[in-house]
Amino acid sequence: MQEQSSATGQETLFDAEEMVLNMGPQHPSTHGVLRVILKLDGETVVGLDCDIGYLHRGVEKIAESDTYAMITPYWDRLDYVAAVSNDLCYVEGVEKLIQVEVPKRAEYLRVILTELQRIASHLLWLGTHAMDIGAVTVLLYAFREREEILKIFEDFIGARLTAHAFRIGGLWWDVYPEFETRVRDFLQILPGRIEEYETLLNANRIWLQRTVGIGVLPAEEAINLSLTGPGLRGSGVKYDVRKAQPYSAYSDFEFEIPIGENGDTYDRYLCRMEEIKQSALIIEQALDGLPEGPVMAKVPKVLKPPAGEVYHSIEGPKGELGVYLVSDGTGKPYRMRIRPPSYINLQSLKRMSIGHLVADVVALIGTIDIVLGEVDR
Amino acid sequence: MQGILATLMFVAPDWVVSLTRERRPNAFWAEYVLWPVIQILIVLFVILTLVAYLVYLERKVSAFIQARLGPMRVGPWGLLQPAADGLKLLLKEDIIPLKADRVVFALAPIISVVAALVVLAVIPWGAAWATIANINIGLLFILAVSSVGVLGLVLAGWASNSKYSLLGALRSSAQMVSYEIGLGLSIIGALMFARTLSMSGIVEAQQADHVWYVFFQPLGFLVYLISALGETNRAPFDLPEAESELVAGYHTEYSGFRWALFFMAEYSSMIVTAAIAVTLFLGGWMLPGVTGTSLFGIGPIQNSTLHTFASVAVFGLKVMLLIYAYMWFRWTWPRYRYDQLMELGWKWLIPAGLANIVLTGIFYVLALPPARGGVFDLMREVSGRLVPTGKGVGYFILTGTAITVPLVWLLLVNINRRSRDFNLHDQRQLQVNLRRERLEKALQPQPSDGGTQ
Repeated sequence: MQEQSSATGQETLFDAEEMVLNMGPQHPSTHGVLRVILKLDGETVVGLDCDIGYLHRGVEKIAESDTYAMITPYWDRLDYVAAVSNDLCYVEGVEKLIQVEVPKRAEYLRVILTELQRIASHLLWLGTHAMDIGAVTVLLYAFREREEILKIFEDFIGARLTAHAFRIGGLWWDVYPEFETRVRDFLQILPGRIEEYETLLNANRIWLQRTVGIGVLPAEEAINLSLTGPGLRGSGVKYDVRKAQPYSAYSDFEFEIPIGENGDTYDRYLCRMEEIKQSALIIEQALDGLPEGPVMAKVPKVLKPPAGEVYHSIEGPKGELGVYLVSDGTGKPYRMRIRPPSYINLQSLKRMSIGHLVADVVALIGTIDIVLGEVDR
Repeated sequence: MQGILATLMFVAPDWVVSLTRERRPNAFWAEYVLWPVIQILIVLFVILTLVAYLVYLERKVSAFIQARLGPMRVGPWGLLQPAADGLKLLLKEDIIPLKADRVVFALAPIISVVAALVVLAVIPWGAAWATIANINIGLLFILAVSSVGVLGLVLAGWASNSKYSLLGALRSSAQMVSYEIGLGLSIIGALMFARTLSMSGIVEAQQADHVWYVFFQPLGFLVYLISALGETNRAPFDLPEAESELVAGYHTEYSGFRWALFFMAEYSSMIVTAAIAVTLFLGGWMLPGVTGTSLFGIGPIQNSTLHTFASVAVFGLKVMLLIYAYMWFRWTWPRYRYDQLMELGWKWLIPAGLANIVLTGIFYVLALPPARGGVFDLMREVSGRLVPTGKGVGYFILTGTAITVPLVWLLLVNINRRSRDFNLHDQRQLQVNLRRERLEKALQPQPSDGGTQ
């Protein structure tokens, strides 16, 4: 048809223009209030822009007028499906600032809770990602297991979603007596359940067609986009904060980091599934070696860190979660800056989507694993 | 009480039927007006109730697959849920978007639902009088009318004046048009054996041949089932309404009872496609053991009405089994992408359907009696129809399987070699390629004294 139209001197045979489609902020699969502006040629994406900020609460600014202890709950509400991990980042950042040594038992419990949270976050990701691609049943299965983790959290922390687990200097309480057996029970059922998901997805022809070769990011580009977390490792880059700069008690445990090869959606899926298994291994080791002792360090009631600045980062479920704190010697931070992995990973969406179809955009939003609470802060 | 019930069930139909048989002055009215109206009312009532309960069944089946309970609140086991849903939909505000084309917007769901319901007329629900119209082009009629149904979706998408609806309509028109070809091709093999387009005729042909055509035509049945999924927009081909991409596709802007009409159309076309599959491939109302004179060896039974009821039950059972399979697929598999769906339709189903026709035709001609140009002489003429002999049945089953296995294999291999998307062999290899790295730890843990100055 192109030859024909060039022969007649017309640009196109018909009047054709690209269609602009607003996906979101209210859309079933943009994982919150993300607005994606798509420029479509038929169903092929030729342009894409993300509009964010619908959930902006100004957490970084609020932090400047709150004391260090008061800021912690705001962190629960950043990545609200992985509140415990967020807490760990901030609390350890402040501990670094005031130079407090956290008791060993508290560190181990922190690792257990954070890794449970990583499993919960990955399960939620798995469910929603599979649902975006059309496999609804996986969502319900994943929620069944996530529910167990949330129950463990609820009995310890009192909250299920925005679990405010840690305090500056350790834990507020020691865990309840049955905690260990309940976590072990959960770890016992988990491998069988993971097998169930993998039976549904791993070798499923449709699943493979929808994920293999979709949104390929070569390692170099992933680094250039400053991707972190499973997105980076799926492209074959060996980087995990738990190994690169061990924090908390992670240097005590043996675990492996799954690395993908092709950098496509399927590799990122495999990486996350393997991470769940590795997290379970870490929890088991931490439970085995759980020391006795206090769970709270001696921390002054009124925190006045010395003037200075500190950057601390952890490996959150979604990538490198960092906090940059500047203290001017008063009880409130002079500036708090969050490094939100979702926000930074989200910029890879444009790079990955162009040339794919609308259906793939949905799958790609899923594979980046964003939470808008964290993107917009 | 029981007496009244028995009278209603067994005697009343006989009485109505007898009206048509005896040459009374009102025989014309009885045959062409009274009896069809009764049949239509019964079928409509049963099918519409069934549609409501299919929604309930879908929710229950999905719930059991997903380790849930499903609707439990309205009535025992949630059995009154369909009634509550219907009432809710009737009472909802009827919203027509401001910028919609009002006439077309209102017309679209009606076209859909009418096209889906009209074809119920020619489906042979059971033996004897359990068919509304036994016309000699039954199958063609069904194919023709059900392709009108796609108009409803296209018009709905266009009239809504919404981009999501438009995309849904585009997808559904392309999908239904291309899957209709596969559907049409898949049934021709079975028609060669039946040698009639009348739906009742097809069932009777299978009765005469003493075999269900699924055994003669495994490939045709396979292609039919997949195409029927695509034709009814069921998962994994539910792209026109893919809720994670297009919100709700062509019916995004519809609400209340107009939306319910689309839903009814979808579920009744599910029943229709399942009913065609049963008629064409699974022997219709036939079941070994259910005959005109005995039920599973109990008998002899002289009451032909009882036999009709039994045959309707058999037919319903087969249809429900297929529908259960549809639901099972829906809640197990992810969704195809638009281009992959087209590829499956055009590169897989249509070539398979064509090859099936050609090969079945060759084997059929070979089996004819020598007088008719055949070689093997495996068919006899019984009352004007060619019926395979005992050996012939074995021959056709054998050739049917012989067509299916290598053809499916060939197509899979061919597709896997040609297409990047379908390269299943390479895709499976990927799992092995994921490697678990034991990263070396950094020399120093993060310094706990930080960067404090």
